[in-house]
Amino acid sequence: MSKGEIVLGCLAPHPPHLVYAENPPQNEAFSEGGWETLRWGYAKLARKLKTIDYDAIVIFTPHWQTYIGTHFLGLPEFKSKSVDPVFPNLFRYNYDLKVDVELAEAMHEETAKSGIITKMMRNPDFRVDYGTITSCHLLNPSWDKPIVTISSNRNSHYYSNEVMIEQAKALGEACMRAIEKSGKKVVLVSSHSLSHRHFVTEAPLPEDMSREHIYNHSQYVWDMKIIDMFRNGQMQEVVDIMPEYTEQTIAETEAGGLIWMMAAMGVPSYPAEIYGYQSVIGTGNCIACWDPNNETRELVL
Amino acid sequence: MSEDSQILFGLYVPPHPQPLLSPDANPGYANLRAAFDTCRKRIEESDADIILVYSTTWPSVVGHQIQALKESIWTHVDDDFHYLGSMPYNFHIDTDFAYEYCSAAEKRGLHARTVEYEGFPIDTGSVVALSLLNPDNRIPACIVSSNMYANRSETIVLGKAANDALISQGKKAVIVVVSSLSNRMFTEHIDPSEDRIHSSKDNEWNEKILEFFADGRLEDLSQLSREIHGQIRVQKVVAYKPAWWLAASMGQHNNYEGEVLAYEALHGSGGAVIQLTPSSGSFGDKEFDEDDVEYYQGDRNVLNKGND
Repeated sequence: MSKGEIVLGCLAPHPPHLVYAENPPQNEAFSEGGWETLRWGYAKLARKLKTIDYDAIVIFTPHWQTYIGTHFLGLPEFKSKSVDPVFPNLFRYNYDLKVDVELAEAMHEETAKSGIITKMMRNPDFRVDYGTITSCHLLNPSWDKPIVTISSNRNSHYYSNEVMIEQAKALGEACMRAIEKSGKKVVLVSSHSLSHRHFVTEAPLPEDMSREHIYNHSQYVWDMKIIDMFRNGQMQEVVDIMPEYTEQTIAETEAGGLIWMMAAMGVPSYPAEIYGYQSVIGTGNCIACWDPNNETRELVL
Repeated sequence: MSEDSQILFGLYVPPHPQPLLSPDANPGYANLRAAFDTCRKRIEESDADIILVYSTTWPSVVGHQIQALKESIWTHVDDDFHYLGSMPYNFHIDTDFAYEYCSAAEKRGLHARTVEYEGFPIDTGSVVALSLLNPDNRIPACIVSSNMYANRSETIVLGKAANDALISQGKKAVIVVVSSLSNRMFTEHIDPSEDRIHSSKDNEWNEKILEFFADGRLEDLSQLSREIHGQIRVQKVVAYKPAWWLAASMGQHNNYEGEVLAYEALHGSGGAVIQLTPSSGSFGDKEFDEDDVEYYQGDRNVLNKGND
């Protein structure tokens, strides 16, 4: 068996607004559109994914929040309806997805060997979180690849952003070892926004783009700084300033997804492909990917 | 019951699923379950028209959300304790009250909305509370979220709006706050038989809070909320809000008969079942230095001041 590998790492924000704006048949709500900069960026990245040979998507989600260790989805199929508790008016999505349980168990085992508290989730009534569904839908609308969902252990809440980083690094390295042993080709997805301060009111028509803007300029400047570092392949520097960035912008990086993905990918020093940046209800959202293949990596935006 | 209040009594209960799903795994869980059962009987024997739940495990972002779906049916599974089992539920919601509460909140300057969607994910705390306190839907219920950005003034006003809505509809209520005391859980899986409060500090603070509850000093606890948040609350949200909401909805005083029915560890956190019944006596000697607020004016835009 050949050694498994990570063929792509994606930063894939999950505002449910983006699925709502697409009007896929799975979602009950209907929209007139909106947030095209992000949706078009997602469409381009989804086209790139179609050109890549891979076996599974492994996604780290902030909306499966666990306080007792890191959990992995552990049943082969999940079929239900996901209703966003925050934006139920926008997102009521009927999902039917497959899980690569073998890969999930391998990651679980390797993670446990690292001393991280882990648990397989095998309750068939469990409802898959909307972060997983939104990011996976937008990256792979045909849902033709199995996924592995990893919960976010909330070390930032219990300890500090620094502890979160250390644990997310260890988790990423363990997942990488499991992928290598599996012989599989895997796409990693870190599902989150950048700056994450929301407006607490909503426009009567949520997709009214005349009402959409970043919550404040400070968040915008920080987001641009981070994206600039993505472009320049300065991911170690991103890791280094992550505690400050997360604190200053209430960033969704607090869940550890980006650090997990960077650690699994060996902290890339090559430029990220940027597919778009736009605010959604005040939060800053960037679609980006890290392509380890020098021949297919491109300058997108 | 005071003349301004339609609230028969208030309950403070923990959000964790162990008393519902695994009460026999630990004598403490069984004790909490017995306390829930006692409260269930008291609700059954009361004259309540509605059970109103404020749940700290239902965070909202866009204002304050109020559950309005007449029949809320689903099977819930907890994110952490999924291995304890599923929690099927079928709750009868007082839709008219939900609309009234939303309207009352808006009249006081809050952004609020009802949610009325099949499959809406009712949170663990609300599911546990309503399943144990009102298992046969003898009384209709309503649930209100805890906005993750809201601080004191917004939460106080939200509590007052609840009372406005009850008075407006002439409904007598049992109100339920779903919240831990100290909320730091163990970060590893434990043998339930070895459960205990996470630290001595958490336990000492919990005991002090329980003294206040037992003395009926709810407004004093409301005034101490910020200190409690700093001392024994994991900083998931901006503030410890349940005492604010409970005190504001019940009248902002210390005139209660307090009863602590149970206090036990739930995976390290402090879980208590407490009843507060309005009475004529008063207790407490604290100087109240937190301002009262009737109408929510929105955030003060401090950052933009002084730049002209």
